[in-house]
Amino acid sequence: MTEDEIPVDEVTAPWWDATRDGRLLLQRCTRCACAQHPPRLLCTACGAGDLSFEEATGTGIVDSFTVVHRAAVPGTAVPYVLARVRLAEGPILLTHLTGTAEPHCDQPVRLAWRPLPDGRRLPVFHPDPESPWTSS
Amino acid sequence: MSVAVVGAAECDLGRTGRSAQHLLAQGVGRALDDAGLSPCDVDGLATTGLGRFPATQLADQLGIRPAWTDSTAAGGAVFEMYVARAAQAIEAGQCSVVVIAYASNQRSARSRSIGGAYDPATPEAQFEQPYQPLWPLSYYALLAQRYLHTYALDRSDLASIAVRARAYARLNPAAFRYAEPPLTVDDVLGAPMVSSPLGVLDCCLVTDGGGAIVLTSAARARHLRREPVLVLGYGEAVTHSAMASPDDLLATGAAEAGARAYARAALGPADVDVAQIYDAATVSVPLALEQLGFCAPGEGTAFTGVPVNTTGGGLSYCHPGQLGVLLLVEAVRQLRGECGARQVAGARTALVHGIGGIGSSHATVLLGVRP
Ligand SMILES: [Zn+2]
Repeated sequence: MTEDEIPVDEVTAPWWDATRDGRLLLQRCTRCACAQHPPRLLCTACGAGDLSFEEATGTGIVDSFTVVHRAAVPGTAVPYVLARVRLAEGPILLTHLTGTAEPHCDQPVRLAWRPLPDGRRLPVFHPDPESPWTSS
Repeated sequence: MSVAVVGAAECDLGRTGRSAQHLLAQGVGRALDDAGLSPCDVDGLATTGLGRFPATQLADQLGIRPAWTDSTAAGGAVFEMYVARAAQAIEAGQCSVVVIAYASNQRSARSRSIGGAYDPATPEAQFEQPYQPLWPLSYYALLAQRYLHTYALDRSDLASIAVRARAYARLNPAAFRYAEPPLTVDDVLGAPMVSSPLGVLDCCLVTDGGGAIVLTSAARARHLRREPVLVLGYGEAVTHSAMASPDDLLATGAAEAGARAYARAALGPADVDVAQIYDAATVSVPLALEQLGFCAPGEGTAFTGVPVNTTGGGLSYCHPGQLGVLLLVEAVRQLRGECGARQVAGARTALVHGIGGIGSSHATVLLGVRP
């Protein structure tokens, strides 16, 4: 798979379209108010099928990270920092951390965007110097 | 429980130069020999990995027409899940002799990809693959990082698991690292990093290998040549498929799987004499020991109360893509007292814990011999 071949389907299309405008969407259940990611047909908290999209604040903390030293795809520059980021709204994204060689767990981070060849963008995160919770 | 394991064997391990089909049939043949049975006695088959219809393929290879088959795919834990399903099928009378088997020639065939293979129909292909995780390794790295952070441990604590695995491998002539020198913590820390905090020696081997076990009713087992190893309990839990899905990385499915197996067997961790735990990476062992109730959270790397992974495990013995069947083979051999220099004296109850995918599926089996 190359970067302009990332698949999309009818449930996830609104999420991917919003990335073109630099908006990170989350799904929220209209019945139980839980937020979830990635987009699904049903709410994972209560099973309801009535879900709406809202824009995330783009702030979060690093749940965990790993510096990858062997490229999963031949030709990719290493190392790169893979991370689980817990958004302020609750859901966790798998993503990359940029702008930091030495991340740490529980570090505050903020949304950034990496352009894709087809105009979509990938959410990535970098350290958030303005966060009131910055710990070090 | 009224079902027993009556045969167990490895196929050739390491770098064999053989086809996967050859290794699979070899393991089945050896396990049936061990049981004193032949393919015509087998009316139940469970296997995964080879072809689109693995159990059907194996039935054809053996020339049998089984009354029960299972090719559930759940990664390396599935063999422990097959034990549960086989025990239920035998108890229900659907079949009488089940073979559980697996083999891979991934080292000889150079078929292993460090990035894994994403199915484009899955959400992970959209939301995880673009970030290029090593699959499954980066998941275990994320888990390890969170584990070390939470309990204020460091890489040397994880390295001690690799050191112990190597020590057992040096007692096991079948182990890939049998003839190699002991490992030190510094060796593990100095090895090339793969996906931090996991270096090469924190990660399982890539080898050929596999094996098979044979199960039948405890009543029939009494008339066979080997001491019956009874299935005392089993339990499983399936938790996630994506790396981002678990809310808490450290709350693995081992807790539920273990609790279900203990409850079914009316046993607890204090009753276990030897444990075989799926070690795709060093961190798998301490976390599973904690979640299975052997020690408190954060104490798994220092825990030495029960002998674990007496073959040398995935880290130093064999890792043919899916290790689960070999965990069962070793547990059976320990309970039959056949393990030579690595034998756990007087082992009567064994715990086997399989972990599949990216910690996605957990399955625990308790096995025992009569005192
Ligand atoms: Zn809901």
